[in-house]
Amino acid sequence: MASKYHARIYVTLRSSVLDPAGTAVESGLKQMGYTEVESVRIGKYIELKLTAEDEDEAKQHLDQMCDRLLANTVIENYCFELTELATV
Amino acid sequence: MKFGVIVFPGSNCDRDILTVTKGLLSVPTRMVWHQETDIHDLDAIIIPGGFSYGDYLRCGAIAQFSPVMDSVIEHAKEGKFVLGICNGFQVLTEVGLLPGALIRNRGLHFICDRIPVKVERNDLLWTEDYQSQQVITLPVAHGEGCYYADDDTLKALEDNNQVLFRYCSSSGESTPEHNLNGSMNNIAGIINQQGNVLGMMPHPERASDKAIGSTDGLAIFQGLLNSMAVV
Repeated sequence: MASKYHARIYVTLRSSVLDPAGTAVESGLKQMGYTEVESVRIGKYIELKLTAEDEDEAKQHLDQMCDRLLANTVIENYCFELTELATV
Repeated sequence: MKFGVIVFPGSNCDRDILTVTKGLLSVPTRMVWHQETDIHDLDAIIIPGGFSYGDYLRCGAIAQFSPVMDSVIEHAKEGKFVLGICNGFQVLTEVGLLPGALIRNRGLHFICDRIPVKVERNDLLWTEDYQSQQVITLPVAHGEGCYYADDDTLKALEDNNQVLFRYCSSSGESTPEHNLNGSMNNIAGIINQQGNVLGMMPHPERASDKAIGSTDGLAIFQGLLNSMAVV
């Protein structure tokens, strides 16, 4: 029986890639007085719901979605968390 | 001989290219809507600048899965010519026809300017009407034009002489202070290994008509046309 899943996908810039937006936010935080901030890197958070036969199939499909579209693995890394919502 | 200009939702330099290829060079040119898949009648494909699919997710990310792109990949694999300008360059890297990626400009600014660009080699049809190491002036207009590639890819690009255009000073020095947007090795445009696919951030189509001030970019389109004449 198939299940519904909720996926939380995190896409982050590889450490070798410059993040000028992160640097700008970092300097903003420091100007606000948060001098304890050491670094800021900005990524993307994507939520999606999907139906799959089981957790393995859901993970396999999510990997494909991330590799093909949601992340550009030349510049980004990704990871995701999966929660089963209900059996369909 | 016929050129095709791919039109995605959000492309906005498509008609500029048509003005150059059809208007100035009198080459039959067809606008190709991104849902089309039959482009066999075309000898050269140009992917224009703009904001395909609103640049959502990443520039060029969603455009790479438009129906027409499978045909563009086929076209490129047959050795036929593909030119991607600005957003077109971003689409070509996303779809894997060119290596690397284009990320946010180092200084965060959207840069709209006319800048010096060095032509690295002229033994390819794209640049045969220029001198090698010639400095030309081309318009740029982009927020995500900072070229990135990992060390191995960058080395391969340089070893194979795949860098066709570099940001430079007006006298041709490609130094860090004349690096427009933080691109690795001042890269403004690259070709694939076979040389039939070119991606570049500057806009040659905006520097082709004397009426708007400069014709430094026209030779790129002229080069494409010459190649067809030979065939």
